[in-house]
Amino acid sequence: MEKTWNNKAWFMVLPVLLLVAFSAVIPLMTVVNYSVQDTFGNNVFFWNGSDWYTEILGSDRFWLSMVRNLIFSAIILVIEIPLGIFIALNMPKKGWGVPVCLVLMALPLLIPWNVVGTIWQVFGRIDIGLLGYTLSALGIDYNYVNDPTDAWVTVILMDVWHWTSLVVLLCYAGLVSIPDAYYQAAKIDGASRWAIFRYIQLPKMNRVLLIAVLLRFMDSFMIYTEPFVVTGGGPGNSTTFMSIDLVKIAVGQFDLGPAAAMSIIYFLIVLLLSWVFYTVMTTVDAEG
Amino acid sequence: MSGANERTTRQDRVSETTVSDGLASTLSQDQIARLMRRRGEESRFWWLVPTIYIIVLMLPIYWLVNMSFKTNQEILGAFSLWPKNPTIANYMVIFTDPSWYKGYINSIIYVVMNMVISVSVALPAAYAFSRYRFLGDKHLFFWLLTNRMAPPAVFALPFFQLYSAFGLIDTHIAVALAHCLFNVPLAVWILEGFMSGVPKEIDETAYIDGYSFPRFFLKIFMPLIASGIGVACFFCFMFSWVELLIARTLTTTAAKPIAAIMTRTVSASGLDWGVLAAAGVLTILPGALVIWFVRNYIAKGFALGRV
Repeated sequence: MEKTWNNKAWFMVLPVLLLVAFSAVIPLMTVVNYSVQDTFGNNVFFWNGSDWYTEILGSDRFWLSMVRNLIFSAIILVIEIPLGIFIALNMPKKGWGVPVCLVLMALPLLIPWNVVGTIWQVFGRIDIGLLGYTLSALGIDYNYVNDPTDAWVTVILMDVWHWTSLVVLLCYAGLVSIPDAYYQAAKIDGASRWAIFRYIQLPKMNRVLLIAVLLRFMDSFMIYTEPFVVTGGGPGNSTTFMSIDLVKIAVGQFDLGPAAAMSIIYFLIVLLLSWVFYTVMTTVDAEG
Repeated sequence: MSGANERTTRQDRVSETTVSDGLASTLSQDQIARLMRRRGEESRFWWLVPTIYIIVLMLPIYWLVNMSFKTNQEILGAFSLWPKNPTIANYMVIFTDPSWYKGYINSIIYVVMNMVISVSVALPAAYAFSRYRFLGDKHLFFWLLTNRMAPPAVFALPFFQLYSAFGLIDTHIAVALAHCLFNVPLAVWILEGFMSGVPKEIDETAYIDGYSFPRFFLKIFMPLIASGIGVACFFCFMFSWVELLIARTLTTTAAKPIAAIMTRTVSASGLDWGVLAAAGVLTILPGALVIWFVRNYIAKGFALGRV
């Protein structure tokens, strides 16, 4: 759409600007403040330079939680994206099944995150949970409380359960926007099911798939509540992702300096990813 | 050899095309479309995949519902797939104990406050972004997005200090304002997506007809994007409802959300599984009730208004 140049539009944006500045810029400045200062209590602060950053970037703990988080994000992307596409391809296209499928599939997305955690905490327990009980009845040694591998499996299963529907919904929205004429042309050319998918459906889902991948990556990169409720970051530190680690340092140990430095590094990573996201969004907007 | 092959393929293709052409001329577009559908779905078992998926999705939720109708003895005792002696005692605990049901009231108060604030400030901003170019517009739009993507863990502690300084800790408005961090950008993006779908000629015609801007916006433009406003409200409602970390940090007793009360009870009272399950079921209900109204737009909302 052709837009007119009008700087008075700033007045319309002003409320948003003030509100978000209050809830984002001020807190962020506090964090920056802490990240370059040290204190011996009594609210007396002194300049500390980049010491906290060096400490954080030099600590194994930071890199380990980051690597764990990246592995986690990679695994759920590898599972959720193809699974989501597969399910979206098999969704009904019209009739009463459409709203029923949409509503039921979207349900996990609307559950408070700690309730999601609670559901899986209970569901996976070997004494009272359906999943844990069934697995141990089948003779599989499953215990997410003590075994790091089982804890990972549980957390990943939970995330797949929680968020695959997002991929399904986005892909489905892309699929229904394909005009019938495309399928008719494919039929006339005698295209196989695979060819229809590869040359018609996949290119048309391009845009929504990009959004799905980026959203899922970013949200899994800052996941906190669900694994915290299920495993508390354990056993040991095996499921301590970046957000969990950060809260442990900030609230658990009250090490404000390192926590603030870590926040800034974390935020910069997210900023970089947001920029990728934004570029992708605006490019596809310009194309379509 | 290869030449012969090529010729046959070409002939095949030609004959196929003529057949399809013949088909196309005898059948209506609609009938072809129906044929295509059948072809596209390949088999009569297309419903199998969604059904299995939905069953898998529902199992953990069913288990929670199942537990909420059992007594603690039954939960911890014999393993059973459905409640043998269904009881509503767990729900009665929640509806009669103020420390439980107040949690729901608190949650709803700050969620609604947040929804109203977010959508009302986002409306003019989204209009500006969809209609005008102005100094720094792209940077501003990007900066809003970074807030949607920001990890809440980064903001938990500074929020606590900021709202302490204003004496707002443990008030509903504190949580409502803090949730604006991610809900205002979300609302702006979604509304911008919907507004861009309304042709600009409508604005221009209205101005020519002598409408002032506020009157045009309220009387003509808002009804046109009513579904967009509904979707934005729904997503603000939803993300404020599901968030726990910030809400828990900013409240102690008077404004504590239900989600935080649940975590406290888990650790304190020796795991009252039945009540916990009942509380969980009750937190799912609001979302389940309103989702029906936005079912066709939910993908657009998650894609930040960009599908």
